[in-house]
Amino acid sequence: MLVAVLTYVGYGVLTLFGYLRDFMRQWKIEKCQNATEREEQKDFVPLYQDFENFYNRNLYMRIRDSWNRPICSVPGAKVDMMERVSHDYNWTFTYTGRVIKDIINMGSYNYLGFAQKAGTCQEAAAKVLSQYGAGVCSTRQEMGNLDKHEELEKLVARFLGVESAMAYGMGFATNSMNIPALVGKGCLILSDELNHASLVLGARLSGATIRIFKHNNMQSLEKLLKDAIVHGQPRTRRPWKKILILVEGIYSMEGSIVRLPEVIALKKKYKSYLYLDEAHSIGALGPTGRGVVEYFGLSPEDVDVMMGTFTKSFGAAGGYIGGKKELIDYLRTYSHSAVYATSLSPPVVEQIITSMKCIMGEDGTNVGKARVQQLAENTRYFRRRLKEMGFIIYGNEDSPVVPLMLYMPAKIGAFGREMLKRNIGVVVVGFPATPIIESRARFCLSAAHTKEMLDTVSTLSCSETCLKESHRMRSRREEVSRTAV
Amino acid sequence: WESFLPSRVLVQPVQLICLYAPAYHLILEGILILWIIRLLFSKTYKLQERSDLTPKEKEELIEEWQPEPLVPPVPKDHPALNYNIVSGPPTHIITVNGKECINFASFNFLGLLDNEKVKSAAQASLKKYGVGTCGPRGFYGTFDVHLELEERLAKFMRTEEAIIYSYGFATIASAIPAYSKRGDIVFVDEAACFAIQKGLQASRSNIKLFKHNDMADLERLLKEQETEDQKNPRKARVTRRFIVVEGLYMNTGDVCPLPELIKLKYKYKVRIFLEESLSFGVLGEHGRGITEHFGINIDDIDLISANMENSLASIGGFCCGRSFIIDHQRLSGQGYCFSASLPPLLAAAAIEALNIMEDNPDIFQTLRAKCERIHELLQGISGLKVVGESFSPALHLQLEESCGSRENDVKSLKRVVDYCMNSGIALTQARYLEKEEKCLPPPSIRVVVTVEQTEQELDKAASLLKEAAQSVLN
Repeated sequence: MLVAVLTYVGYGVLTLFGYLRDFMRQWKIEKCQNATEREEQKDFVPLYQDFENFYNRNLYMRIRDSWNRPICSVPGAKVDMMERVSHDYNWTFTYTGRVIKDIINMGSYNYLGFAQKAGTCQEAAAKVLSQYGAGVCSTRQEMGNLDKHEELEKLVARFLGVESAMAYGMGFATNSMNIPALVGKGCLILSDELNHASLVLGARLSGATIRIFKHNNMQSLEKLLKDAIVHGQPRTRRPWKKILILVEGIYSMEGSIVRLPEVIALKKKYKSYLYLDEAHSIGALGPTGRGVVEYFGLSPEDVDVMMGTFTKSFGAAGGYIGGKKELIDYLRTYSHSAVYATSLSPPVVEQIITSMKCIMGEDGTNVGKARVQQLAENTRYFRRRLKEMGFIIYGNEDSPVVPLMLYMPAKIGAFGREMLKRNIGVVVVGFPATPIIESRARFCLSAAHTKEMLDTVSTLSCSETCLKESHRMRSRREEVSRTAV
Repeated sequence: WESFLPSRVLVQPVQLICLYAPAYHLILEGILILWIIRLLFSKTYKLQERSDLTPKEKEELIEEWQPEPLVPPVPKDHPALNYNIVSGPPTHIITVNGKECINFASFNFLGLLDNEKVKSAAQASLKKYGVGTCGPRGFYGTFDVHLELEERLAKFMRTEEAIIYSYGFATIASAIPAYSKRGDIVFVDEAACFAIQKGLQASRSNIKLFKHNDMADLERLLKEQETEDQKNPRKARVTRRFIVVEGLYMNTGDVCPLPELIKLKYKYKVRIFLEESLSFGVLGEHGRGITEHFGINIDDIDLISANMENSLASIGGFCCGRSFIIDHQRLSGQGYCFSASLPPLLAAAAIEALNIMEDNPDIFQTLRAKCERIHELLQGISGLKVVGESFSPALHLQLEESCGSRENDVKSLKRVVDYCMNSGIALTQARYLEKEEKCLPPPSIRVVVTVEQTEQELDKAASLLKEAAQSVLN
């Protein structure tokens, strides 16, 4: 309670200062560092409203150095960063030319450690690059369908345990271009509160009615489903053509895992369709890395549309959709991406094929299995350690995305900078990606992290930065220490 | 104590009032009191009588409801279902469905797809960075290669700043909604490509279509908007206006009349967004696009967006312009903020391709000469007409007379394409989503010219098309 009040006070102070600075800038007391409109176009309607940029100018600018940090090595467990300084309070950056080496990377989505610059995956990709080149210069339906793409799609279908699959060039675009192909006007989309921007954009572009249910809350979802079927479309009362439920495997800002068994039970009871976005959970959950469906021990046939990306666990780029053959045939014909967008680049396809075969164990080694197990161990260990130290951690016990609550606006910048001084790179997120009082730091664990690295990170983030401790944990520790004595 | 009885305290003033108040006053107040008592005791009712369905009725409705199947079945012989399979790289000599052909279908205008220097630059980047970036630009996904590519593109196009996207389609589809919101007005050409249409749909602005390349129609719309504005000047002061055009149209192969557009821009105070996917690396003396072609100051165009998948033979897209405009996309471009960044090897390939473009400016002349040649050779084919400018490397061949329905047209063109493929020239039909396009172009065969094609090959293609048209369409 106290924390919430203090956080609001913090934002209030920042807003006041923001207004003051804007006032000073307007009256030319303070120099305005913003880029401005051209002289010839000064009488055009202004491109940005003043208030739109208020947050940008006054709050974001102060801590802008926590984001967009340029790196110059492979984004593995340790990464090299280009040092940059700002002499005018983050309005401009200059690169000193120095490179900060071996920063422990807790920010890249490198769950299974396939971001490597040497090894079987890289060699295979190099071979394909010299044979095929980097680009494709055509769309899937015209002249861009290479034999490599067909190979990849068969492999993805086998990996997921579905009949058929299709791959696309960009994960974001997979959602925004295929949801409109599946649903349209007269259909209903039930979307989780915390869905990713790509799902929201795809739902909007489809033209269907969108209703939001509370995050991971099955009662809310069931109520919406019941109301929808019983009352039909608003105003006309016609029955809905189809109902599509959009959920994610792991939510990237919360670290929570979807309650898949309950969602599937609801979906079957109310005859709706399920679209599961496994961007973060594919490769990261489940005993053999097959994602959230395997984690819960369910059958992939229960999920109508299994979507995922290759960016996170496979160290490549692009997205896929897997499902029944009719679904994939339909998408091959009517997906926006197949008709108008370029297909995947061949070396990227080879990286996905090699890493997927490694995870499946088809390359003859145990490396894939070992990595999946290592990630699970790292997750459990790290989360336990942070909880013992008294931090407030959100999310499911098994999810490799670990959000650590910061709450106060001042701590966002401070945490990011202090950790960088100690050679640890973390990701901090505030408004508008999270609710205004729930700013957090997010750790993304990787199979490439060693126990020593995790120990360093957890110790340093506790001792040096003195963050808020959870009351529950503190009292339990006190109890433990009292009984020990 | 009798005087303190409540009846005394109550009754006496009432008696006084009854004696001294006029009669109508008393009657009115009496009615009012009765009305209040009635309202207090009457049952409340909701405005919209929500049908009080019993739980049993609800169960029945849920049982009865049958949704449509998730996707309708697609017939096996649908023309778009069976893709051509290309074995090996889609370069100048391409193996399609097992047959070796000369490639007239990939947008590899400058032949950089299998250029050795480009490949070795990409290899070096692969050895240093691996394949993927494992994160969006904001979270450790910004590599020095990206920053270098953005600088080089800005320098090449002579603008202040450039921003890179990891997918060509997402570039313009994210750029438009970053600036144009609900309530703003966008004037767009009818023949705009699908990516622009999706960007406009995502922006929720008012869209006004003007006839393809018809400046008179555009001026009419602008004038209408002006009269609207005069009726409501307050609203007009905050409504942003944009014109979205393409440099070289993908659907029709011709250029937009940019000088006239600039005049209209300053006359009616509208901003111009230019989509240069096909004209970047093709038009202009140094390949800088349509602004160089017409000799226009690049600062007059507010935003230029292009994809790197055609001339630069890489993947991704970029936007360039003044910092005032481009910097905004770093926080509000959806495809930039919420998506992983471009793999470094593709960025390195694009940088090397830019180097080649800068070092050999005469390839643009060579490409132009070849375009003019094929344009001339393809004239006079009975049954097919050429659609596109003489210097456009992406032409369309449409049927002179339709065979009745679009389906039949598509079938006839397929037979022409198959004839050519069997004889060693790889062509493709231009593909569209028939139900989703705003203004569906007629079915056509796409003919793409690249610098790698020799004159003999161009002649061969033209004569083969003549033969095919002869045998199939007559």
